[in-house]
Amino acid sequence: MLTYTIRRLILTVPTLLFISFVIFLIVKLSPSDPTANLPLTIPPEVREKIRESLGVNQPLTVQYLLWLKQFFWLEPRIVLEGWFGWDLGTEGEIRLISYQTRSPVMDLIWQRMPQTLWVVGTAYLVGILIAIPIGIYSAYKQYSVFDQAGTFISMVGFSVPPFFSGVLVIVIFSVLIPTDSFWWLPSIYDTTHEVVDWESFKFQFRQMIMPVMVLALQITAQISRFARASMLDNLNQDYVRTARAKGVRERGVVMKHVLRNSMIPVVTVIALGIPGIFGGAIITEQVFKVNGLGQLLIIAIQGGDVPMVQTLTFIFAILIVLFNLVADVLYGLLDPRIRYD
Amino acid sequence: MTDMTPELEKPARSQWWDVWAQFRTHKGALVGAFVFFLILFGVLIGPFLWPYDATTIDIRSRNQGPSWGHPMGTDQLGRDTLARVMIGGRVSLAVGLTAMFIALILGTLIGVLAGFFKWLDGVLMRLTDLFLALPLLPLLLVIIMLFRETLSARFGPEGGIFILMVFAIGITSWMQTARIVRGDVLSLKEREFMLAARSIGTPNGRMMSRHILPNVLSPIMVSATLGIATAIITESALSFLGLGFPPDFPTWGRLLRDGTDFLQQYPERAIWPGLMISLTVLSVNYMGDGLRDALDPRIRGR
Repeated sequence: MLTYTIRRLILTVPTLLFISFVIFLIVKLSPSDPTANLPLTIPPEVREKIRESLGVNQPLTVQYLLWLKQFFWLEPRIVLEGWFGWDLGTEGEIRLISYQTRSPVMDLIWQRMPQTLWVVGTAYLVGILIAIPIGIYSAYKQYSVFDQAGTFISMVGFSVPPFFSGVLVIVIFSVLIPTDSFWWLPSIYDTTHEVVDWESFKFQFRQMIMPVMVLALQITAQISRFARASMLDNLNQDYVRTARAKGVRERGVVMKHVLRNSMIPVVTVIALGIPGIFGGAIITEQVFKVNGLGQLLIIAIQGGDVPMVQTLTFIFAILIVLFNLVADVLYGLLDPRIRYD
Repeated sequence: MTDMTPELEKPARSQWWDVWAQFRTHKGALVGAFVFFLILFGVLIGPFLWPYDATTIDIRSRNQGPSWGHPMGTDQLGRDTLARVMIGGRVSLAVGLTAMFIALILGTLIGVLAGFFKWLDGVLMRLTDLFLALPLLPLLLVIIMLFRETLSARFGPEGGIFILMVFAIGITSWMQTARIVRGDVLSLKEREFMLAARSIGTPNGRMMSRHILPNVLSPIMVSATLGIATAIITESALSFLGLGFPPDFPTWGRLLRDGTDFLQQYPERAIWPGLMISLTVLSVNYMGDGLRDALDPRIRGR
């Protein structure tokens, strides 16, 4: 298993390099000008100087290697310096600078990360906690009313995109319900809000309900289907009959024997879904005006902020590759029948 | 001569008749197909029958609620919302269908080639894996933002965005089809009829078109139906994020985005297009579900 993990880890390096190159090419080969958004009064010579200082006149390979160096060598060192207070000699080196804000790209990303992780993480947790019991029960009572309803709700969860379910809950809970009512919920997520006492915690909880629920609906739809299918596969196995025959209680059969075996594929699906949920968060953040990574990406795209777009897209790619690896390794660890070596 | 055997009297039932018979037993799929074709006809024929135009500005009757004259109300410029939803649906469905078609052709081509030729398998499947590792939504946003101007200049603002959107969605959603098709082709290759075809000297091209393609048609059809759903959602998401068609050109996603600006005063304006997107996708998903069951010979005829 260890050799497999190491081999896969080594394989991710060319994959990531290739993806970073594709992203780099798409962004760079496009006919967009980093000085296009500057005021028209700037004379052409100065404009040319600005382009030179941004490094866009150098050959593409030089730009690509420079970006790689900044992303993989300089930024990790700066993070280490910040964490442990070391001095790794990063002083004076040129960091990746955002065109729009003129501040280092990674600093902005570190600022936005907590908001996204907080909302997305809670939603994922809530989604899983709702999905797995639903999956277990609808498999156990296959074709019952509960199962039919579960199937329908997950179908709806698949079909209603977050930009509509988000708008719908805003209409219901923020517009139609009067502001002074107990059920009223704020439609805009206030990220400057700090939790200090019970009242502020209550506010934080209330403002998180809608974005978390919208994201959780999609997660629940997917995972409950998987949990159900996987439970159904296992419920008809011979070992279940054996367990029943030797007198294990029904509860023990379902919750111990069947559940443990059927959670193996579900766990991998959960791992595989994590990068996808960041993609879904782009839209949800836009609906509820959470200033997280997704919103940063949208603003960067609209402003033609090439370094920011490139770095953010690449971070999303790293997440996908990483969690694919995690899913494969988990699968091997949990299921002794699967051996990759 | 007159007394024929009973088998001959019955007309031969084709495979597709069986598929339809099975499809009919799936209630959800039947309702889904009905709703989908209703929406399809509505957006295709509706604008010809409806007296209001989607772009005519009538400032006197602006911001109206639902009434008999305007069943979905009017927007801030007095344009009839029903007319706009119908025209918007045309674009959304056209993008969905065309993008699905491109993804399908690409996916089938790559899947068949990878399954049929062993020497291509490794390369093509690595390519598929790489595409699966790309962050699609961010990448789509980037592609559309970057190439919008160039294509708009060449094909006009609407045509350019349409081409861009369709191709961008198409080349980022073929991977699932390719994987399924490859798997099926690999198992088909081991069957006796392939050996028989090979033994009478069938060339590779005809092997693929005569023996492989008809046999992988069912997974292709299922992924086509589900592909429409994802393509419509993707298009609406892009339009919703403001990176779709130009502002005066209605699509469902765009109408939803415009509606959210007036959410406090006129919430119904965002509900209509959103409802249409959800209804279409839901019906397509149900259709795909039924089709999967109907095309599966293990379930059919039971």
